[in-house]
Amino acid sequence: MQTYNLTHLKELESEAIYVIREVAAQFENPVLLFSGGKDSIVCAHLAKKAFYPAKLPFPLMHVDTGHNFPETIAFRDKFIKELGAELIVASVQESIDQGKVVEEKGFNASRNGLQTVTLLDGIEKHKFDAAMGGARRDEEKARAKERFFSHRDEFGQWDPKNQRPELWNIFNGFKNFGENFRVFPISNWTEMDVWQYILAEGIELPPLYFAHERECFVRDGVVMSTSKFIPQRDTEETKTMQVRFRTIGDMTCTGAVESDADTLEKIIEEVAATRTTERGTRSDDKRSEAAMEDRKRQGYF
Amino acid sequence: MSSYLDMELLRFSTAGSVDDGKSTLIGRLLYDSKSIFEDQYEAIEQTSKKKGDEHVNLALLTDGLRSEREQGITIDVAYRYFATPKRKFIIADTPGHIQYTRNMVTGASTSNLSIILIDARKGIIEQTHRHTFIASLLGIPHVVFCINKMDLVDYSEETFEKIKKEVEAFASKLDVKDIHFIPISALKGDNVVNKSENMDWYKGSTLLYLLENIHIGSDHNHIDCRFPVQSVIRPHSDEFHDYRGYAGRIAGGVFKKGDKVIALPSGFSSKIKSIDTMDGELQEAYAPMSVSMTLEDEIDISRGDMIVRENNQPNVSQDVDVMICWLNDKPLQAGGKYAVKHTTNDARCIIKDVRYKIDINTLHRNEEDKNIGMNDIGRIAIRTTKPLYFDSYRRNRNTGSLIIIDEATHETVGAGMILT
Ligand SMILES: Nc1nc2c(ncn2[C@@H]2O[C@H](COP(=O)(O)OP(=O)(O)O)[C@@H](O)[C@H]2O)c(=O)[nH]1
Repeated sequence: MQTYNLTHLKELESEAIYVIREVAAQFENPVLLFSGGKDSIVCAHLAKKAFYPAKLPFPLMHVDTGHNFPETIAFRDKFIKELGAELIVASVQESIDQGKVVEEKGFNASRNGLQTVTLLDGIEKHKFDAAMGGARRDEEKARAKERFFSHRDEFGQWDPKNQRPELWNIFNGFKNFGENFRVFPISNWTEMDVWQYILAEGIELPPLYFAHERECFVRDGVVMSTSKFIPQRDTEETKTMQVRFRTIGDMTCTGAVESDADTLEKIIEEVAATRTTERGTRSDDKRSEAAMEDRKRQGYF
Repeated sequence: MSSYLDMELLRFSTAGSVDDGKSTLIGRLLYDSKSIFEDQYEAIEQTSKKKGDEHVNLALLTDGLRSEREQGITIDVAYRYFATPKRKFIIADTPGHIQYTRNMVTGASTSNLSIILIDARKGIIEQTHRHTFIASLLGIPHVVFCINKMDLVDYSEETFEKIKKEVEAFASKLDVKDIHFIPISALKGDNVVNKSENMDWYKGSTLLYLLENIHIGSDHNHIDCRFPVQSVIRPHSDEFHDYRGYAGRIAGGVFKKGDKVIALPSGFSSKIKSIDTMDGELQEAYAPMSVSMTLEDEIDISRGDMIVRENNQPNVSQDVDVMICWLNDKPLQAGGKYAVKHTTNDARCIIKDVRYKIDINTLHRNEEDKNIGMNDIGRIAIRTTKPLYFDSYRRNRNTGSLIIIDEATHETVGAGMILT
């Protein structure tokens, strides 16, 4: 007897494509959030597959903290050009200049928290009614309860106690005027799934993900890249290290790991053997045990 | 590496009443299968110490949002992930409270398998009946009863067998296809990942072995060809000037290039010209694949339509009988109007009749009490504004399920399983 069974990667891919197509069909003005990190690259790749041979029926939006790794921006521009998609940049610097947010001060100052305001502004300005993103449920406890279609009130807030039940594969995108949705097509993927998929599909990534030599310093046990955006203490000595990044966010809060993994195969081996979660290298989550949940309630991705 | 590309996906949900050890069991599965990261383990180790727990409390691993942490209970569906070289697992962790039938239904709706926990000291309780009933109602193909806390009953074979017999007697009245029983101790680890040294008398497999090996290849319907159209792909480019692809996810059956098909509701027939993906053309496609199909003839098809095989068609009707699970504080309004979502189709409906309400503990059909409120389950008759193309839920979970939406609040208020 012939068996009809998909591999787990094919099933995850098929689920994500289905979700992305539902978004395009159920909303008038969706957008795909693009950070230049591997999860959003995978999302964009899936979106391309979902509508092939047609072009993406929605633009991509990058919430730019202004504190990016230069490699991220170079990669972003090349990637978007090849994809043939429209890119919108929502700038945190602009939000600061407009006095909508106030920049943090001190050694651990980060623009990560300010992104929320810029993101919500961007959504409002362009009248997006659905913003897709590459968040995964395995990243963090609070994310484990997210729906695929996550309803946000007119202030962009998430109410974890009052989520719409989500059954089978039927997604309810009904909303009132001014409300919008966050949608997470790769909700069910783990970090390992993402890496395996990138390898299987031959997806190109920013060089930051692969082991390379870099000027770094260590703060609170986290390896940080030296940067004009991060004031260094005298005691924080700069040294050249062989590192790679497991996530790519704002330079001020994305830590590196020491690693020799300079190919996808080696990265997968490393991920399989690694004993800390990938967000463990992001200092924004460490501020308090419930940090992520608090930021999500306010509208953070 | 190559084995990784052969892995399958198994979705399962867990049910049990409070304190039966659900969180401990999931924690144990994650921990013993080495799916816990060091920093996660350190965090729960610290919390356990702070609380003065004797052991590291593995239950904390699956403990989610802050308010729940404060109340010390789980109140919603949380998803967990782990993998072994054979399979990737998605766990829908659903709570055991009486008032949360809604969450169990939600978590179970996409599951291949349900684990129902029973405390060996207590045996079958009201909740066990309810959880088994919901698993059967939701058409979960495999149900595994884990008799937990065996360490507290001296690993007694007699206790296990007695509970097993009682469950079998009860479950025989329900439509559960594939049942398993495993004696475990989630706390000590017996028969979860590692075989118990305390229960020589048990010859069956451990829970993880079962999860890794149970046959799931037949969980989807591969007989009745159903392709609900999500959208129409029209590139309008020079290269693909006349391309008109119907995008969707196969809901049942195996479609092959050259198959004679008809489109509903128009009834026009054609042949499958190609089944496309970005990676190239496919000779055949089956559930749950996402593809794009082109047909030999230009016929008018749009979102919500369904492409099926000419000689095997679904029911087409505006009158549908549905087993409904109510998910909202505001009760079902007999005679009320609601929005309906079924496959990729949107319609409105009127509740024509409440036939009966089911007492989910005794399975008694109550034809007197027709108030369907939060967490109630009952049979209703609806009339839709346009025809639905459906199969019975028993036959196909994709084409037999629908949701009911309150038109004022836009909330999903009912989960429906189509009977006829
Ligand atoms: N002795 C024993 N205690 C257990 C076992 N499984 C769970 N427990 C304890 O039962 C209590 C409730 O467990 P928990 O996992 O929080 O239950 P939940 O409410 O179903 O998630 C905790 O104190 C656990 O340590 C077991 O197999 N043996």
